[in-house]
Amino acid sequence: MMIEYEEYLAATSVAEATQALANGNVTVVAGGTDLMVQTAASGRGVGTTLLNVRRIADLRGVTVDGGRVTIGALTTITDMLTDGVVADTAPVLAETADRFASNQIRNMATVGGNICNASPAGDMIIPLMVLDADVELSSWVDGAVATRTVALNEFFTGPGKSVKTANELLTSVSFNRPAEGFVGQFGKTGPRPALEISMVSVGVGGVASNGSLTNARVVYGAVAPTPIRASKTEAALEGTSLDDASIQSVLDVADSEVNPISDVRASDWYRRHLVRVMTQEVLESVANV
Amino acid sequence: MSEVNITLTVNGEKRHVSVAPGLSVLNMLRDKLDLTGAKLVCGEGECGACTVIVDGTSVNSCLMYAVELDGREVTTVEGLQTSEKLDPVQQAFVDKGAIQCGYCTPGMVMQTTHLLKQTGKPTEEQIRRGLEGNVCRCTGYTKIFEAVNQAAEG
Repeated sequence: MMIEYEEYLAATSVAEATQALANGNVTVVAGGTDLMVQTAASGRGVGTTLLNVRRIADLRGVTVDGGRVTIGALTTITDMLTDGVVADTAPVLAETADRFASNQIRNMATVGGNICNASPAGDMIIPLMVLDADVELSSWVDGAVATRTVALNEFFTGPGKSVKTANELLTSVSFNRPAEGFVGQFGKTGPRPALEISMVSVGVGGVASNGSLTNARVVYGAVAPTPIRASKTEAALEGTSLDDASIQSVLDVADSEVNPISDVRASDWYRRHLVRVMTQEVLESVANV
Repeated sequence: MSEVNITLTVNGEKRHVSVAPGLSVLNMLRDKLDLTGAKLVCGEGECGACTVIVDGTSVNSCLMYAVELDGREVTTVEGLQTSEKLDPVQQAFVDKGAIQCGYCTPGMVMQTTHLLKQTGKPTEEQIRRGLEGNVCRCTGYTKIFEAVNQAAEG
């Protein structure tokens, strides 16, 4: 089914895009890889104006300024694989990009789009939450572009839903350059290596020393209505020696903190099983760093 | 609404096309430009049969709006052969018998073209990863990987 839009706009600046959003009833397209599938299936969330933001050149690329790394919303997943700043500051993002969909989709899909789609299983969201990332939301207020910053951890409100209002454009995601000794790991499970929507995904991060993690972060995808920070699991993990017994007790906490459903991709009990197995794998790998 | 006029380069030739904003690149190629090489199979980016190259990068043409091509350059399987001889990737698929029903072939050939441009002489692992977004239900992939190897050698 082809969606009928009444109007098409190709914005070349954030000012132009946010003015269009202020007029209401807009569907934003960046990479398009989720949008085309969703609109063809259901017409979900379709406004009468198709707003193409892909040509806002300022919003593509990764920069580092002092201790802060900023990823433009239109940076593609392929860019994340090849970008020198990413490799230097947060290689876990490149490792995640490597597990993302297929080559063709990585070439089109954007980091901002992956966040805005707000899937509980969105891959790039997981390591970005491990990095305590914030998103910048831009809108047109009183004749100028206004921005606000929201912690990614507080951005999602449900499957496909976020605190971003209809007149806002997600323009970038940023995080503090990880401390010396930081290790980040991402894991996902699906029926095949490519093009899988995660049954469960996990991200773990922290500063590793003497077989334990400090400032530990644990994030899960596809086990709740949104990607979640597992703060009780983080507390159990903090500074704990990563031996077999301690890992088992951390897994018990993780199991109590996730709330998966049964759906077409996996049953709830299998997702719980995966949470244990994948968390164990990631922690054992961190312990050996 | 009224359609949008776009200007793009298709297989080296400048084209002016009038498209509805919701039209996919794939449907524009097939229905407006009579370029039926790229195929509609899944329509969800899962199979790669619609793969074309836009500004040097492979994409699923079923997932891209045609309006997005304004001012850009697209290459389809029809644009590979520039002389009487087949393009080396096409010839390798023929030589190795990497085609059965043929429905995935244009996408496989375009993704292989992109892969070889990126990687030159890919390893077995790089070939498998490079073609991970392309599904073939006939060949079992072995002959396709052999064809990619031959094209890379050539």
